Amino acid sequence: MLWYSLRRIAYILPILFGVSVVCFSLVHLAPGDPMTAVMPEFASAELIAQIKQAYGFDKPLPVQYLYWLQAIVSGDLGTSTTQNRPVLDELIPAIWNTGQLAIFGMLISLAAGIGLGVLAAYTRRLVTDRTITAAAIVGVSVPHYWVGMVLVAVFAVQLGLLPAMGMANTGTGVFGLDDIRFMILPAVTLALIPTGIIARSVRATVLDVRRQEFVQTLQANGLHPRRVFMHVVKNAAPSVLAIMGIQIAHLIGGSILVETVFGWPGTGYLLNTAIATRDLPLLQGTILVLAVFFVLMNFLVDLAQPFLDPRIKRQ
Amino acid sequence: MGSLITDSSQAAMGAVAQPVRIQFTYWQGVGRRLTRDPISMVCASILVLLVLAAVFAPLIAPMDPYKSSIFNRLKPFGTPGHLLGTDELGRDMLSRLIYGGRISLVMGLLPITVATFCGSILGIVAGFFGGKTNMVIMRITDVFFAFPSVLLAVGIAGALGAGPVNVLVSLSLVFTPPITRVAEAATTQIRNQDFIEAARATGASAPRIIVGHVLTNVTSLILTYASSLIGVSIVLAAGLSFLGLGLAPPTADWGLMLNTLRPSIYLAPVICVTPGILILITSICFNLLSDGLRTSMEVKP
Repeated sequence: MLWYSLRRIAYILPILFGVSVVCFSLVHLAPGDPMTAVMPEFASAELIAQIKQAYGFDKPLPVQYLYWLQAIVSGDLGTSTTQNRPVLDELIPAIWNTGQLAIFGMLISLAAGIGLGVLAAYTRRLVTDRTITAAAIVGVSVPHYWVGMVLVAVFAVQLGLLPAMGMANTGTGVFGLDDIRFMILPAVTLALIPTGIIARSVRATVLDVRRQEFVQTLQANGLHPRRVFMHVVKNAAPSVLAIMGIQIAHLIGGSILVETVFGWPGTGYLLNTAIATRDLPLLQGTILVLAVFFVLMNFLVDLAQPFLDPRIKRQ
Repeated sequence: MGSLITDSSQAAMGAVAQPVRIQFTYWQGVGRRLTRDPISMVCASILVLLVLAAVFAPLIAPMDPYKSSIFNRLKPFGTPGHLLGTDELGRDMLSRLIYGGRISLVMGLLPITVATFCGSILGIVAGFFGGKTNMVIMRITDVFFAFPSVLLAVGIAGALGAGPVNVLVSLSLVFTPPITRVAEAATTQIRNQDFIEAARATGASAPRIIVGHVLTNVTSLILTYASSLIGVSIVLAAGLSFLGLGLAPPTADWGLMLNTLRPSIYLAPVICVTPGILILITSICFNLLSDGLRTSMEVKP
């Protein structure tokens, strides 16, 4: 187990390095000089050189990268050019807000995805199976930012049941019914695509496991269907978990668009502001943090796999 | 012994007696199976209609998609002269949706074309040469897999700034790694097979083997996989437009229309969500057609 974990760590280190290189290049990918945004309009060439020196932009790129990496590792993600605040200070509340939404969305998609998938795999009625399969296809194809708008049009505009935008009493830390009311629409929107994908893979895996001989043996031995089901769940869990891990990470990636629709003050909203104001350090920092989270999430799923399925360890 | 002889002779006679069966090439077989699948054909027809409407937009569209009218803003469906109503500046929705298909379809399809081209080259080179070449290409690919696709697309397009070319670049970068991975896996699988060895033994150069033997064997796999990405690409391209990273407003584009109509959702909710229906239909049709293609390519023994 230790050996397996060490191997996984050895595998993600170069990836984290690559992620940092990509995020570093984002700023240099931008057209023009990364400094133009913060320069005074009629700065003299001397002043420009001076500022460049102060920020270390006169050094070769690999050296700049090392300085940047050093700062990142010590927790300094740079300063937002429009807010003049450390990027980290902007990011922390945003991550907390996105996290709340993501956890809520995740719970919805897990419950709905697993429930529908198992139902589709177990149902004898073709209609139910077909309906769930069709729903899964729509779930995969649908532009979720649009679904967000449809939900707003129906539940906020027409029925007036739920708030259309924003978040209740931001930052008080007390979690009440009002918070949940604001969360329902964005969380359901976020959960939609993962639900489709999880349902589809749960259905395929459960069908696959049920076709194996040991299930027939258990049934032939007269085991209660409920006990047989437990065996099926145990065997289907590892591959379903792998897909769920990836989907949860994608859910956070997808929140960029959904948060824009609902004006949710999370990382997606932050990215949108960064893009609109061309605040490159903010853009870079947000993307770096989300990508690192995505890598760690996949890493955790990999680590959890052998606990559920001991066969993986031996490979 | 005797029965064996009669059996085989009977079999031979039977073969002669049967009408000659027309032999199809692989792709003809795929085409036949695909055209017999009703779902695929319905999807294909819808897509053909959408593409034709986009291509011949100036002939079909009932009105000028850019002509605004301050008195006719946000008219509902079925208003005389405006079948699908009007948008927030009083422009005809139907005409704008027809014109919008031009950009939305191109912005969804072009990145996949570019990514298929680049990804195939990278993947086949990595798979065919193996060793260090493979390691370098595939490890770089792994880095791009570390980003959720939406995040990567928004990050690159955001850093490059708004504009259709930048959306194209960012989406191509997003879709190249998965295609590279599929191309590499397919190539690695066949690179040590006997027919490749035979070609090598006859002294064929690497480019010749790749073009003559590898490409013919991996193309179908790569293309099926690439087709499954078109739906995602359409949705993602419209999403970038929705964030304002694509073309600038007055342009008719489904994603951008959703963006500009969004503030009017309290006044005309139905009109505001209409462009999304077209994005959804296009994406579903591409996904189902790709599913149908995959099924009809699996030759049952």
